[in-house]
Amino acid sequence: MSTIDIKRNEVPIRENRLGAVTGYVGTIGDLHERSSGCGVGNRERCFTQASACSSGCCQNQLASIADALVINHAPVGCAADSVGGNVNFKSGARLRGLEYVNVQVISTNLEERDTVFGATDKLRDTIRQAYERYKPNAIFVTASCVSGIIGEDIQSVLNELKDELGIPLVPAFCEGFKTKVWASGFDAAFHAVLHGIVEPPRFKTKTNKVNFVNFRGSARKEIINTFSKLGVEPVFLLQHSTVEEIRRISEARATVSICGTLGSYLGNALEQYYDVPYVKTEQPHGITGYKNWLRSLGTLLDAEDAVEAHIAAEEARIAPELEEIRARLKGKTAVVGMGPSFGHNYTRVLRELGVEVIWAATWHFDQNYDHGEVPESTKRLAEADESLQVSVGDQQNYEIVNLLAKLKPDIYVTRHGGSSVWATKMGIASYMITDEYAAFGFNGILNFGNVIIDKLTNRSLARKLAERIKLPYSDWWIAQDSFALLNAEGF
Amino acid sequence: MTTQIIDQVRHVCTLGGLQSVLAIDRAIPVLHAGPGCGQKLWGAIGLQNGGQGSGYAGGHTVPCTNATERDVVFGATDKLEEVIENTFKVIDADFFAVLTGCTSDIVGDDVGDVVRQFQKQGKPIVWAETGGFKGSNFIGHELVLDAIFDQYLQPATEATPGLVNIWAVVPYQDPFWTGVYSELAELLRSIGLTPNIIFGPGGGVAALDRVTAAQFNLLISPWVGLKGVQQLEERFGTPFLHYPVLPIGPTETGKFLRTVAEFADLDRNKVEQYITERENHYYHYIERAAEVLLETRFLPRHFTTVTDSTYGLALAKFLVSDLGLIPDRLYVVDGIPDHLQEEVRGYFKDLGEGIGAEVTFTPDGGAVQNELRATKFRSRPLILGSAWERTLAKELNGFLLSVSMPVSDRLVFDRSYVGYTGGLRLVEDIYSAILSDFQ
Repeated sequence: MSTIDIKRNEVPIRENRLGAVTGYVGTIGDLHERSSGCGVGNRERCFTQASACSSGCCQNQLASIADALVINHAPVGCAADSVGGNVNFKSGARLRGLEYVNVQVISTNLEERDTVFGATDKLRDTIRQAYERYKPNAIFVTASCVSGIIGEDIQSVLNELKDELGIPLVPAFCEGFKTKVWASGFDAAFHAVLHGIVEPPRFKTKTNKVNFVNFRGSARKEIINTFSKLGVEPVFLLQHSTVEEIRRISEARATVSICGTLGSYLGNALEQYYDVPYVKTEQPHGITGYKNWLRSLGTLLDAEDAVEAHIAAEEARIAPELEEIRARLKGKTAVVGMGPSFGHNYTRVLRELGVEVIWAATWHFDQNYDHGEVPESTKRLAEADESLQVSVGDQQNYEIVNLLAKLKPDIYVTRHGGSSVWATKMGIASYMITDEYAAFGFNGILNFGNVIIDKLTNRSLARKLAERIKLPYSDWWIAQDSFALLNAEGF
Repeated sequence: MTTQIIDQVRHVCTLGGLQSVLAIDRAIPVLHAGPGCGQKLWGAIGLQNGGQGSGYAGGHTVPCTNATERDVVFGATDKLEEVIENTFKVIDADFFAVLTGCTSDIVGDDVGDVVRQFQKQGKPIVWAETGGFKGSNFIGHELVLDAIFDQYLQPATEATPGLVNIWAVVPYQDPFWTGVYSELAELLRSIGLTPNIIFGPGGGVAALDRVTAAQFNLLISPWVGLKGVQQLEERFGTPFLHYPVLPIGPTETGKFLRTVAEFADLDRNKVEQYITERENHYYHYIERAAEVLLETRFLPRHFTTVTDSTYGLALAKFLVSDLGLIPDRLYVVDGIPDHLQEEVRGYFKDLGEGIGAEVTFTPDGGAVQNELRATKFRSRPLILGSAWERTLAKELNGFLLSVSMPVSDRLVFDRSYVGYTGGLRLVEDIYSAILSDFQ
């Protein structure tokens, strides 16, 4: 088990910390067994398509803090994701009824001469200009491939300016070339927060807050309501939270997360450093996941009775509608393609709905989380059906398209943009989960089931589009085994 | 020296030229770059810019070597070779362009050496060094064209009379580009020329192969693409006409058609007849809409632009020459190279009706917004900008139409603001924004 060190200014990447892999094909039983034992060796590819990098995950998390600002020490293109980040940020503001503002991401605009002579002066000047312009309560400086390769000493610049500006100035190391696992960027963001913002608790007794690591928080009202029955209040992180709220997350009663990939680092760090327990069950998607998660939280809060009462009432309430949905989905097949936490959790949810998941592809796989255990969602899935076919790839669409052509599922359920469209182009119904609460708990599973039914009821767009378009792959490729270009372990 | 920071990106980096490759039918870029470059770039100038998704082979279909730590230490030409080889096997495309990112350009991978092997085998493949630190995607677009002109085009045996290559807006960066090119083609066709459109549906390698047979190259842009047409003249002897203004509405479109007709020595009567016909069509609707244009509540009298130079100039010319509005603060955000700025500044001196305007060149959108916040507007301002201006427009009690990247608040198909039809579309969009604002 890795030990988290928040005193250092940089967190190790997931490949080194969590044994994360981006190339695997086999069964969930094998994946689980080897992850718990001698480990899974990563398999490289001899053909690759553009995936994503850690800087996107990192700077969009940090830029979503309401009163912080991000400076991207990079050529202008690395800040391009602030455009999509802004759209997401505004959707979060809409969900919460907040005033619209733009995210604040400023590029130092590195140019050719900077790659030769260095650009720490530029960084210093950018920080001053940015502070003058927006007066943020914290500034994060995100690194880039260029700043990393030319060896920019970002920390020294921040040390120099710290007293002058009087706000936290924190580096976030998320150079794209350093990791194949873009989720390493979440860790880089949370590490920056832990290293530069979070303070040790001021009091011996904990507050009544529970840290809730999530994205846009669409189920916020429901969660506030449920948590009030347990005597606690959620603090949603990081989007739309404030620097002051983040400073105090060490004082919370517990940490929970909507996504194991997202929450592992922050949750475990708060537990290891400040005794804020982190709920390590499956994520609260669907019924089983929600119940195990809430029960675990209830135990931590000494609120078991309230939890059981809530579960019993909710379970009875949704039972009739759930039965109807199951009846309508009986015999349907699905392929899943998502990040590892969502992928293995949603596979379980689909099975709860009576859908047969014939393949679960995930964009990477963490062999263990920061508390040293195989993800609970993976373990439970392996226990339920060890023969489930799974694969791991950093969103290599050529593999997914090939796989879908062979498996021909009724529906492809996915998360992360740019994947669902290919199923649709093949005439297969698809659903991209844009909302992290799409199958949250008892209400979520009903909503999710109904969405799947709608998607299967009218497939006209997929069918007609598929009739008219040509896929960008050669016939040769479609005839190959889906993983023909995945090298053996160790090559 | 003060650092030119970029707050609120309105263009991307050189590697954004990958979208110019994708704009050629069945052409595909092969990136020798970091794993996230592609996604960041197409996300910004594609998906979040008029809803331009992956299409045939863009987005996560684009082959990429996805640079790792080992690659930036030891170089990765072997890996590139392998990915190119397998691209030919896996991807069904007609044309390939290898584009490098910052990692490869700093490390110094000899990409040309790798690609030349495939060129020798007769593969339709070119390469360009487009590491993001080299500048904007406007420059990236030029680098892609340079590579295609230099490494792929072959001299034609003879020029085809009337055949004209059209080079105008940068694909994807301008969310209206498909509409722009097809409307420009339509205008040329209507006066008797044969347009050759490289970018957009129906062009492809066939259009590329026709480039050197053209009678002349027509460049419609203040500065982007000038190098390309000069290069074509030097290498293949094809003359070019540089018309700096993207024509919107009757005044500029008439000027444009007459200039082209004179350059191509076309039948004047035919051209005049077409202009009259189209002006009648345009004014039929303007006459009908006169009440809306004159009697709507909260009408703006002044307009502000925060756009690239192509649209800054085109919109200003139209709104001044044809709609009777007054320019008030024009910002040009495409990062024009220093040596070209004076010339572009000059184009704004004459917007028609004896009205000219000062323009501010800056890629820093945040600075622009702060200036606008400090500006006293005498009527509700009309801002033609990007989705970044949505919050600002609300603060200033103004009207906003997003026309310049990022246009994340609109879905754009084949509409454009070019020509007579485009002028009508623009009037529709501006006044719809005004009418829907208070209802």
